[in-house]
Amino acid sequence: MAHGAGGKASRRLVEGLFAPLLYPGSQEPLNDAAHLEVGGTRIAFTADSFVVKPLRFPGGSIGELAINGTMNDLAVSGAKGVAITVTFVLEEGLAASVLEAEVRAMSKALKKAGAVIAGGDTKVVERGKADGMYITTAGIGTPLPGIKVDARSVRPGDKILLSGPIGDHGITILLARGDLDFEADLCSDTRSVLPLVEALAAECGPGIRWMRDPTRGGVATALNELARDSGLGIELLEEEIPMHDAVRGACELLGLDPLHIANEGQFLAIVSSEYADIALNALQQTAGGEEARMIGQVQVEPANAVLVTTRYGGSRIVDMLVGDPLPRIC
Amino acid sequence: MQYVDEFRDPELITRASEEIRRLADPKRHYRIMEVCGGHTHAIYRFGLKDILPSNIELIHGPGCPVCVLPMGRIDDGLAIAKAPNTIFAAFGDMMRVPGAHGSPLEHKARGTDVRIVYSPADALELARKYPEKEVIFFAIGFETTAPSTALTLMSAKAEGIHNFSVFCNHVTIVPAIRAILDSPDMRLDGFIGPGHVSTVIGCRPYEWIARNEGKPVVTSGFEPLDLLQSIVMLLRQMQAGEAKVENQYKRVVPWEGNRAALKAMAEVFELRPYFEWRGLGFISQSALRLREKYAAWDAELRYSVPETRVTDPKAAQCGEVLKGVLKPAQCKLFGKECTPEHPIGALMVSSEGSCAAYYNYEYRKSLVTRISSVA
Repeated sequence: MAHGAGGKASRRLVEGLFAPLLYPGSQEPLNDAAHLEVGGTRIAFTADSFVVKPLRFPGGSIGELAINGTMNDLAVSGAKGVAITVTFVLEEGLAASVLEAEVRAMSKALKKAGAVIAGGDTKVVERGKADGMYITTAGIGTPLPGIKVDARSVRPGDKILLSGPIGDHGITILLARGDLDFEADLCSDTRSVLPLVEALAAECGPGIRWMRDPTRGGVATALNELARDSGLGIELLEEEIPMHDAVRGACELLGLDPLHIANEGQFLAIVSSEYADIALNALQQTAGGEEARMIGQVQVEPANAVLVTTRYGGSRIVDMLVGDPLPRIC
Repeated sequence: MQYVDEFRDPELITRASEEIRRLADPKRHYRIMEVCGGHTHAIYRFGLKDILPSNIELIHGPGCPVCVLPMGRIDDGLAIAKAPNTIFAAFGDMMRVPGAHGSPLEHKARGTDVRIVYSPADALELARKYPEKEVIFFAIGFETTAPSTALTLMSAKAEGIHNFSVFCNHVTIVPAIRAILDSPDMRLDGFIGPGHVSTVIGCRPYEWIARNEGKPVVTSGFEPLDLLQSIVMLLRQMQAGEAKVENQYKRVVPWEGNRAALKAMAEVFELRPYFEWRGLGFISQSALRLREKYAAWDAELRYSVPETRVTDPKAAQCGEVLKGVLKPAQCKLFGKECTPEHPIGALMVSSEGSCAAYYNYEYRKSLVTRISSVA
């Protein structure tokens, strides 16, 4: 399971097996989407799978997640999604009404994203072989003009922007599974981040160095990957990281680090220092970006690592997630 | 958040750290042990070491129940859980802890029905939900979690639920502190007493430490201000040449403990004559087992337990680290063979173990500092 949790083991699997055999010789950092040239036209291309349990949760559902998640992978690579393919793996006995609800949710999210379905496939597996439904997608997008997202272009002094509060999706799912006997007024943050990315691109396109949506593995894992790919250090200011009280409370109670909790509708952007204030303003002036913050900066040291400065001037290293986040006893 | 934010107030924290600097004699080196793994975790998480004067050395104690559990007990629990129609239920902390034949998560991948539960009551709920299956709850923890196991067993007995059993690994904190103090190479000046355990047992059980050993003890909460206030209280005692037990965590810890919890524990548990601790060896009367009247729910009696004994690799110096003789990074295996992803020694196992906390929060930072200073 750790190999699919988005942390260290996932990275090891990709770097140790997939990349050497399927993408030999490449020195490119691992991104959310590939930018390719096809017949003289540049396109962005991505793929994703959605295996969320439960299928519906406060604030969203697997269908909506599949569309928004795919579009977001394209958006943070600097592209606007235009077409998507959808493959359903359905478990025998799944109620038709459940499937219909998800297809409707997808249709709504597609319309909002301004994208179309380019194709798809359906497979049915025996009862007990899937958690109701899995969805696999592939998405194609057109690059937004004037943006080049590449970890290797990140420089010391660049600023780190976060589009909004962290942990809402991960904690919502944890609570929606019903294993925990407490409730919180919390919704998943699943949404399209494209409007925010477009606002950023319009105001400070050349200043954007890198973007990533911190899904599985959370902000900690995304920034550790950036630190490794850029060879630089990331310094976060703990008090600047936006977080809802319900997320903070749940993490305190369970002994989880909110920086490791999954997000869906947020993204991180590294912006050159001269564009930082403009970029933050652009995000905060765009609907859904009101809670965006500048949460830290890139520096030379600690090389390849993420450091958090606490509110009291102390500091600690934040590592990538190891396996799934597991709650503590006490 | 109430009871959290006020204990993280930067202004109060600055004031407390200034008070520590005022109280600490610069000519003296203070070695203070935080007994509880939760404290170790908090010290690193909040970067408290950075705001303490360098002559105050915090030594990480034995208070992480996952760390001190011998590997053989995990193997035993997973061995009996291999029986058909059996569910192995354990806390999240346990899931990545390796036995000699793999962790509960690895056994899950091989087909054992392993479930993460958030309390023993959730494990009993599984037994109610799946009457055709046998649910084994892998009980672990100090006096912090033992009362909830006791209450769950009382419920199982009252309701006559017989497809539920407990593989009991509960340990008690005082014998572990005694073992550390009895160690000839021990040099400690005082203790930050375990807050969670004390909510159950109170502060009285530590009085012998002050009386007989002449070491002050301050039972502490887990927020940054709690820990700094506790250090202030310890320094004040040391400055006055006193050694007594004080309660910093009054908002949660009653001096006499929680009578209802203690009563439930006394109803269900009795002391084992001896129990093996990882890193510390066998300690007499340091762990709990089920009383005879709960034999029907005792997994050790209901199943044929292999009683596996796995000695820790000789190179792992967990005992020395537990006693504060060595710092985590001074162990020969630290950061090389032994990492949080592949823990070999006890203290690298749980996030609250001192080696894991040091590795996760400090290790790379210290490497960077070292490289910079060499350059």
